[in-house]
Amino acid sequence: MSAPPSPAPAQARSRRSLGARAWAVLAVPALVVILSLLLGAVVILGSELIVTGRKFDPWLWFTAYAALVQGAYGSTDAVIQTLVYSTPLVFGGLAVAFGFKAGLFNIGAQGQFLVGALGAVIVGVALADAPAPIAIVAATIAGIVAGGIWGFVPGFLKAVSGAHEVVSTIMLNYVAVQLLAALVSGPLKVPKSPSPVTYDVGNAAFPIVIGATGHIGIILAIVAAGFVWWLLFRTTWGFEIRSVGANPDAARYAGMRPKLLIVATMTFSGALAGLAGTSVLLGVSHSMTSSFGTTVGFDSIAVALLARSNPLGVLPAAVLFGSMRAGAGLMQINAGIPVELVDVLQATILLFLVASPVLRRLLRLRNVEAGITTAAPSPGLGAGTAP
Amino acid sequence: MTDETGPSLAPALEMRGITKRYPGVVANDGINLQVRPGEIHALLGENGAGKTTLMNVLYGLATPDEGEILLDGKVVTISGPSDAIARGINMVHQHFMLVPVLTVAENILLGDETMANRIFLDRREAHRRIIELGRRFGFEIDPEAKVGSLSVGWQQRVEILKALYRNARILVLDEPTAVLTPQETDEIFGVLRRLAAEGHSIVFISHKLYEVLEIADRITVIRRGRVVGERLPSATDEDDLAALMVGREVQLTVDRGESHPAGVVLEVAGLEVRDDRGQPAVRGVDLEVRAGEIFGIAGVAGNGQDELVEAIVGLRKPAAGSVRLAGKDVTGHSPRMMNEDAVAYVPADRHRFGLILSFPLADNLVLTSYYRSPYARGIVRDPRAIQRDAVTSIERYDIRTPSATVRASTLSGGNQQKAVVAREFDRDLKLLVLDQPTRGLDVGSIEFIHHQVIAKRDAGTAVLLVSAELDEVLEMSDRIGVMFEGRIVAVVDGRTADKNAVGLLMATGGEERPPVPAATA
Repeated sequence: MSAPPSPAPAQARSRRSLGARAWAVLAVPALVVILSLLLGAVVILGSELIVTGRKFDPWLWFTAYAALVQGAYGSTDAVIQTLVYSTPLVFGGLAVAFGFKAGLFNIGAQGQFLVGALGAVIVGVALADAPAPIAIVAATIAGIVAGGIWGFVPGFLKAVSGAHEVVSTIMLNYVAVQLLAALVSGPLKVPKSPSPVTYDVGNAAFPIVIGATGHIGIILAIVAAGFVWWLLFRTTWGFEIRSVGANPDAARYAGMRPKLLIVATMTFSGALAGLAGTSVLLGVSHSMTSSFGTTVGFDSIAVALLARSNPLGVLPAAVLFGSMRAGAGLMQINAGIPVELVDVLQATILLFLVASPVLRRLLRLRNVEAGITTAAPSPGLGAGTAP
Repeated sequence: MTDETGPSLAPALEMRGITKRYPGVVANDGINLQVRPGEIHALLGENGAGKTTLMNVLYGLATPDEGEILLDGKVVTISGPSDAIARGINMVHQHFMLVPVLTVAENILLGDETMANRIFLDRREAHRRIIELGRRFGFEIDPEAKVGSLSVGWQQRVEILKALYRNARILVLDEPTAVLTPQETDEIFGVLRRLAAEGHSIVFISHKLYEVLEIADRITVIRRGRVVGERLPSATDEDDLAALMVGREVQLTVDRGESHPAGVVLEVAGLEVRDDRGQPAVRGVDLEVRAGEIFGIAGVAGNGQDELVEAIVGLRKPAAGSVRLAGKDVTGHSPRMMNEDAVAYVPADRHRFGLILSFPLADNLVLTSYYRSPYARGIVRDPRAIQRDAVTSIERYDIRTPSATVRASTLSGGNQQKAVVAREFDRDLKLLVLDQPTRGLDVGSIEFIHHQVIAKRDAGTAVLLVSAELDEVLEMSDRIGVMFEGRIVAVVDGRTADKNAVGLLMATGGEERPPVPAATA
């Protein structure tokens, strides 16, 4: 529209108050979480009807959610434990979000997570008796590099042959699982141990800085979120990455090199996911069994989506998911609801996010940002050149 | 003033007080439009004036907030395109809605099949009707020809036939001549006149003034969603219409002044380039552009112009031949290297290449210089410098935007192109490559961009201008190369070139006809 008579949407946008802008960014994620909790309540009530032999309690869902909150935030130790659960999700969420910004869907965070942990345990065990600072730094770098290699491969394949990263990263997830099983039950196994387990990383373990379990990875995660934000929105590399994600043709026209950027982005994304694995291994488990590996890599995708690919949004999103994991135990004890309810909640969050265009239409949310952004830059928290 | 014109019949179509609001914008504000039987009624307005919205309302694609539509004096509600077609309203879109691999007959039958019985098409009957319809309106068409093998002008005729086959009484043509050569335009005008003579009503949407004056029986001008005037072609002229359309006096023809060509800047020799499918698109082009001159390339879209330009600016690797810039061999150099050699490029598709629509305007203004001082120190960007220069550019190039931080997608087409021009023009240049710099823009923006190009030429920049708009090439260029099937078939003097002769070269490559008289090297 050339100079329309009344304020165009463009003008309306810039004149909107801070509150309105916050609403625009937060409305969909908040709504999605609330809807998921409601659906979770329905699932709880439904399960009561199916599982007979217990008295029907119409408030069981409330008991369950109260226990979930209490489990996650009921004491100082609980809060620290929540942060410990959230830490790998921050790294993983950053990894996936970073890929999204370049228009890449890194489904391989899980594989990069495992390989990163593997790198950390190999070097950590080797340096278990070395001075702590050296051991920690070396093991951490090993985890980052290993994850980076696992990200580089699909990036390279995409740049050279156009192989889609979704396919190649899924494949590499399987390779990572098998590689881990082979190494942990083979060369890395503690000799004569009845079960496949590696040695302890000893001095390479992350130091505890808060409470009984709060390792330094928590601080590292917060720093990483700030760093990724800075990289994306305050550096020329970040600008190139976001340009390639938003419009590869225009990026090429502008003299950027999309193929090189794809490789670099996948490598960096893999390194962040590797750091997620490293933080669990050096911060929590200190050794590796063949069953190492949670669903952190996959949960990271949900975290990144809920955060709308914004590095700073990854922090609250990761803490939300971490809280559910941390509180699930008490929920099972107090309300008799299996911890798997948390999986249900995460899954419904993901589904509602995917369906957010429908939500927006149904609820007539006009000036609200879409629930899922992959390549497009997020306004508000990170508008590229906003002073 | 309009009541005495034309036959005094009830309007075939009347739109009364149509108002359509979108959030923040009134796209149509109480628009009245009357189209009589047998009338060619032109709807003239700039991009974004509300023409398309009005036609979407007519075609049932948008529901008006206020107002009513009358067909033959009766109020109707049009629920969607199929309802519109059933009522005899048909639309020929600017981008044709044809299936290239199907035949003419199959395309025409698509969606309204003439059946021999419940299962099989009655091809024979369909063919008979198509040939008969074509003859009635002055052209013969082979119903068995594949649409993909037809020229754009003939494809348009297929679109019109499709409408007639469905017994259209009211035909809406959206910018029908945008893709046609002058000869094709004349031919299509002939078809439209015959249609009107048979009693069909035609709504002709355009922003080309001379065309509207030539073809229309009546002209309705809309601006900013309102009807600002109704004119008879006999009682108006281009300046009057332009002023109505833009809302101020507009200088229609470019005052290009004298050019002072100096040394050769761009030298292209034996250049061969393949298209995306690996087919030869440029087949041996030689050309020279000197400092301080505008070299125009005329040609029907798709004759290798885009590939030629992309090879020159480094986006496409040439298969053979060389590109030299001020004596230096730059064949196969990357876009970044060309940019650093003071070559600027305004791409034909600003949405695909020129801008990142989801990025703020300020970021788009530094899209090709983001890594340089003062916009970055090392790898750290300087948002303040970017913002400051954005504000300056917005002012200097008259980009209408609420701020530098809005997304480029929220700007109008004209302002988006001004942003591209601001970015590419705002430094000393050796070579400026323009591919369709004013496509789809309104009169005001075209005027502005032409002035900027002339200013660059006068500053000693070599300008290569590609346009499918023959008038633009003729108005702007010092020399004109006519491109046909990947070759430059003639180079003519821009000031003495004859429009019809160039048009003929564009259409035929000059193989069957004598060459253009003014051809010089």
